[in-house]
Amino acid sequence: MAWQWFHRLGSPKWFYEKTNAWMPWLLSISLLMIVSGSIWALGFAPMDAKQGNSYRIMYLHVPASIVAMAAYYVMAVAGAIGLIWKMKLSYMVMKVAAPIGAVLTAMALFTGAVWGKPTWGTYWVWDARLTSVLILLFLYLGVIALQEAFREQEVADKASAILSLVGTVNIPIIYKSVDWWFTLHQPASIKMTSSSIAPEMLYPLLGMITGFYIFFTWALLAATRSEILQREMKTNWVKHALLNKV
Amino acid sequence: MSQPRPDSAIANRPERTGNAFLATLRRDLKLAIRHRGELANPLIFFLLVITMVPLGVSPSPKTLAILAPGMLWVVALLATLLSLDGLFRSDFDDGTLEQLLLSPQSSYINVLAKVIVHWLTTGLPLTLIAPLLGVMMSLPEAGYIPLVLSLLLGTGSLSLIGAIGAALTVSLRKGGLLLSLIVMPLYVPVLIFGSSGVRAAIEGFAYNTQLAVLGSFLALAIIAAPLAIAGALKMSVNN
Repeated sequence: MAWQWFHRLGSPKWFYEKTNAWMPWLLSISLLMIVSGSIWALGFAPMDAKQGNSYRIMYLHVPASIVAMAAYYVMAVAGAIGLIWKMKLSYMVMKVAAPIGAVLTAMALFTGAVWGKPTWGTYWVWDARLTSVLILLFLYLGVIALQEAFREQEVADKASAILSLVGTVNIPIIYKSVDWWFTLHQPASIKMTSSSIAPEMLYPLLGMITGFYIFFTWALLAATRSEILQREMKTNWVKHALLNKV
Repeated sequence: MSQPRPDSAIANRPERTGNAFLATLRRDLKLAIRHRGELANPLIFFLLVITMVPLGVSPSPKTLAILAPGMLWVVALLATLLSLDGLFRSDFDDGTLEQLLLSPQSSYINVLAKVIVHWLTTGLPLTLIAPLLGVMMSLPEAGYIPLVLSLLLGTGSLSLIGAIGAALTVSLRKGGLLLSLIVMPLYVPVLIFGSSGVRAAIEGFAYNTQLAVLGSFLALAIIAAPLAIAGALKMSVNN
């Protein structure tokens, strides 16, 4: 009994119908949190003593980086579930998580570069964190490219699942080595203000992070739902679902 | 009296696994030696790219000495990468791979044997020729021993990790570029520790930390990579 929901997840139809009602809620809550968090962060949070107003891009940069990292684990875990239990739905989640994660990673890199210009005086430095986020982007692009390369969906799913699992084993190693490489070769002069963050700055940040997580959940579900429709195109329930909507 | 089935008899005798390992090793080595021209290709590539560096950057020994550890490592990595596409290709095309995976011996062992042959025919020659290219790149004297040792340990990991990518893309007609794309990010740690070991030695520091880390990468890769390779090959063969 306890495992019934897990077995039900094997049915794309059940998932599609179940998530139907959640979608507007997820979207409106996440947009509410992101919009109000942005207003709070941009208008009311205090100015940073050293960086002035430029630090405010942190409110986009930090959530994007955190969720970009989490998205990789969502992708890898979904891939592992697909390989172990041969669950169609979980392969679909894995497939759609890759582009979303790649976009978030690119956003983290871009906002980091914009933030870097006023604080470090340059758009790009070979800092340990920047480098590892760049490599994370390459890992995402590899999974997407592999997914695109196969004609048969089933093989593409298995191949990208194996690759994302291999990537998962490697991510901590890559992070640690880049960290070690950085401390060995670069002077640590361009550190961000390391003092702990003031609560008036922290609360809008936490709001933004939560908003980003919920938005990611919404995007993941929305993309999975359209992937379900695409793959189950020939079944009757999809035809019914689409006809009823129009 | 009924005879035991021959295949189960083989599977039940543990020493046969070792025999299968040796048989795959011997077969692949023989095949590699019969295609002598292909053996030299990664080495010629290594030599050519290293020749490009003074032509493109500067022939001054001072500049080259700064670049040497990193360049030698990066080019050795690229040479390994280029050789990977052929690792399972011909066996996949003629069906040998399928038989190998169907055989009663563990595919872990067979895959490991194939990767070891790949290392013996690319990683090891690259390691042995590296000091010569070090002379051309005016590598300082203290760098030679760490260069050879780090390449010796590191190219093993490169072969093992790269074979995962080769196994994933073997069923694709044009897998070469894609293979480099998915494997290169995974090579980052090996490159970092390999070239920094050489640089540390040149600057007069101890380099045994870097060698130890490279050794641990190799140990981890020997344990884990054949599992992923075998899984990926099964997927490719069923395609």
